Amino acid sequence: MTLVYAGVVSHGPGITGRAHLVENTQERDRLYAALDKQRQEIEDSGAEVLVVVAAEHFANFFMDNMPAFCIGIGEKHEGPIEDPDWLGIPKTVIKGAPDLALEMTKEIMQTVDVAFAEEWKCDHGIMVPLHFLNPDGRMRVIPVNINCQGPPLTPLSRAWAFGEALRRACDLSEEKVALIGTGGISHWPATPDSGKINEAWDREFLERLMRQDRDALLSYTDEETYADGGQGGFEIRTYIAAAAAARGRGDLQFYTAQLPIFAVGCTVARFALEETA
Amino acid sequence: MSLYYLQKFLYNLNRDDRVKAQYHENLDELLDQYDLSDEERQALIDGDIGLLYVLGVNGQILMHYAALLGIEWFDYLQLMRDGIAQHGPVRAGVYTMTGGGKAFTQEDSKQKDTAK
Repeated sequence: MTLVYAGVVSHGPGITGRAHLVENTQERDRLYAALDKQRQEIEDSGAEVLVVVAAEHFANFFMDNMPAFCIGIGEKHEGPIEDPDWLGIPKTVIKGAPDLALEMTKEIMQTVDVAFAEEWKCDHGIMVPLHFLNPDGRMRVIPVNINCQGPPLTPLSRAWAFGEALRRACDLSEEKVALIGTGGISHWPATPDSGKINEAWDREFLERLMRQDRDALLSYTDEETYADGGQGGFEIRTYIAAAAAARGRGDLQFYTAQLPIFAVGCTVARFALEETA
Repeated sequence: MSLYYLQKFLYNLNRDDRVKAQYHENLDELLDQYDLSDEERQALIDGDIGLLYVLGVNGQILMHYAALLGIEWFDYLQLMRDGIAQHGPVRAGVYTMTGGGKAFTQEDSKQKDTAK
């Protein structure tokens, strides 16, 4: 087995960019400690490559050609596209893993029509996780995205199938691979409602996710998610794909709704890795 | 309505340093490349976050644009509220305001109180 770690993490741009505005610094620092623990666990897994399954926010694709899934196969990626001072992360060049990404793409294509891109720009959706989980750039990075922004969105059942395909592709690798899904649960980002969080909905979703309840996870309609979890809730696709890749039960290591300034219920979790059938 | 091209302009601006340079050097010429209504074009010339929000620009695109303009976080949230107060509800897309304009963080609430 060459997938050596699978987990999920939040990526709200405020987590880095608005750190200085937080009043509840104690809770903020608990979050940062949980993120550092996740970094340490990934490092302890021996991972050489980090696959980041993200919900892109118009750093690469627009509605002139919006893929349901895409994988970055370039030698390098750049980011953030956002103002570095606003995000609190300097512009940088990220090492890719082109050979492995290409092999993974071929395997994924056997069951899911994934797009691929040799150029990739990262927005906060990838930069924030990398800031905490790959701070020294030790791991090479394969960026992946699922369309959670430009309707019609990727169906949840396909996000699950994509996660399964990612797992097959990771397991073909001779290198050790970590996979992280990154998105929000309920949130209303980039609106005047920023900071609104439906904690009960979040916790119900996370329970389904941690117990690998596929049917319950795939039962959300986009209409329900929009009503209960806001447009940011559409990003549950990334968590669902990570769960499908891992197959094992989850361990919710951190969740808080007490940092609304970060515009999302901040989450850190990992999954056990079950052998695939 | 040409919301698609309005957003496409902002998408290109947000992600491409060459477009950013052109934005500062010759905005008129840059905007000529996009099929925009007069209202949309003027909103871009004015950097009118409130009107662009009401017109239905995707929130992620608008947030990155506001950051590009150097607008502080709480000011950006207030500009969207002001846009709704002036122009009415968001006309397209999924980034609508559902909270009646109230602040959802204590940090934002304090900012609003200070501004009164």
